[in-house]
Amino acid sequence: MAEIVFKWIVFFIASILSIFSSVMMVTRKNPVHSALWLVVTFISLAVLYFLLNATFIAISQVIVYAGAIMMLFLFVIMLIHLEKGPEEIGKMTVSRIFAVVLTVLLFVEILVGVYFYRAWTVKPEPMPFGDPKTVGKLLYTKYLFPFEIASVLLLVGIIGAVVLAKRRKM
Amino acid sequence: METLYFLIEVLIKNVVVIAVLMFFAAYLTLIERKVLARIQIRYGPNRAGPFGILQPIADGIKSFFKEEIIPENADKPLYVIAPMIVITAAISMAAVIPFGDKLVLFGREIKLVIADVDVGLLYLFAMASLGEYGVVLGGWSSGNKYGVLGSLRAAAQMISYEVSLGLAIIGVLILSGSMNLREIVNAQKEMWFIVYQPFAFILYMICAFAELNRAPFDMPEAESELACGFNIEYSSMKFALFFFAEYTHMLAVAALATTLFLGGWHGPYLPGTLWFLIKVFLIVFVFIWVRATYPRLRYDQIMKLGWKVLFPLTILNLIVTAFFVTVR
Repeated sequence: MAEIVFKWIVFFIASILSIFSSVMMVTRKNPVHSALWLVVTFISLAVLYFLLNATFIAISQVIVYAGAIMMLFLFVIMLIHLEKGPEEIGKMTVSRIFAVVLTVLLFVEILVGVYFYRAWTVKPEPMPFGDPKTVGKLLYTKYLFPFEIASVLLLVGIIGAVVLAKRRKM
Repeated sequence: METLYFLIEVLIKNVVVIAVLMFFAAYLTLIERKVLARIQIRYGPNRAGPFGILQPIADGIKSFFKEEIIPENADKPLYVIAPMIVITAAISMAAVIPFGDKLVLFGREIKLVIADVDVGLLYLFAMASLGEYGVVLGGWSSGNKYGVLGSLRAAAQMISYEVSLGLAIIGVLILSGSMNLREIVNAQKEMWFIVYQPFAFILYMICAFAELNRAPFDMPEAESELACGFNIEYSSMKFALFFFAEYTHMLAVAALATTLFLGGWHGPYLPGTLWFLIKVFLIVFVFIWVRATYPRLRYDQIMKLGWKVLFPLTILNLIVTAFFVTVR
């Protein structure tokens, strides 16, 4: 009983924090602050993963997204700030309107998905679906092909970046 | 009742580990200055107390009474939070490091580690990468160009070297078959992993210097070119926190090296925890020794070394290890 109450409290705090920080992320004017609020979002999401017993996924979330990718974002933001100074904000461009429409659509889609998921399926048993062993086994047996495809995709991305960087020099 | 005992046990372990860690981190500053001084044929601090034993306390009191200055164009919230991030990350790294085997007290079997989790190793990496935010933000939020340059370098260096650091220890993971640090130590009962993975150990140590921002990779604070780098505008206790976090982090990285390569608490005759501390301080001594010996690398040299030398070498080490494990 005590465990369930404790988990519920943690869930409540982490979910509120993730929503709050994503709202803050979108509304900040300073890009560095936005990036940091995104880090907070990722960390609170990791806490939610922990509650689902998905330890490996939770920690990877922190290492990959909060640790590495956001650090890269921060690096680029600071570099651009150094060169150009803060950008003007608040202009309505086509791409921004398109982004807003797309975001609202995605949000509605998620809401619909959550509603039907609850309506159709029974509550899954809390089993260790996210610890290192299960994730590794699934990745290298059942999902080997998608896994390899994803890594090839990343490799192509890296090569593309190198090609673009080389072309500009010439 | 069992839950209560468990809570008390966890609380006591937490308090003991944090107290010991803080004590060692404080005295590490003295050890570092003394060892550096001896290597450079000087005496080092020897005024406060016999052999300068009270020097860390004097330094601490001094930082408390210094004036606190926040620069006018600083980003104030971040400027205040940055040292907190660094010290929190450095201390919480100690949570998963096993400093001894089991202990039986009042009929309870107590594991000598605060949190015995399955993903302990990954947790350490997560904490280390989050701690780097403190360094980067500290430099950026001071509103000082040297500070920004320092944090840019810190970010780039961390991204580059964390990859090699992670790959260097995968060899150990292949041998032990677990990410739980206790199980990794127990897998080294017969033979330490440094024997099977000597190159991985060397690569780990090189990357650890970069991870710790210590000489010869102390780019974020390179005194001679960036004045003081990321902590240039910090004063009083905030500076002391950065300073303190660096030494705590150093202990944590040394403890991880001990756990992964030097067999943790295993050793003959002496009790396990003592062996653990001896090994940790041996590695810490190497950190200090290297600082006194090698000059700082140039920035582009560091990037080249990280991506063009260390990264391929770690992958090679990984492939060779995997090959031998499969053949065996």
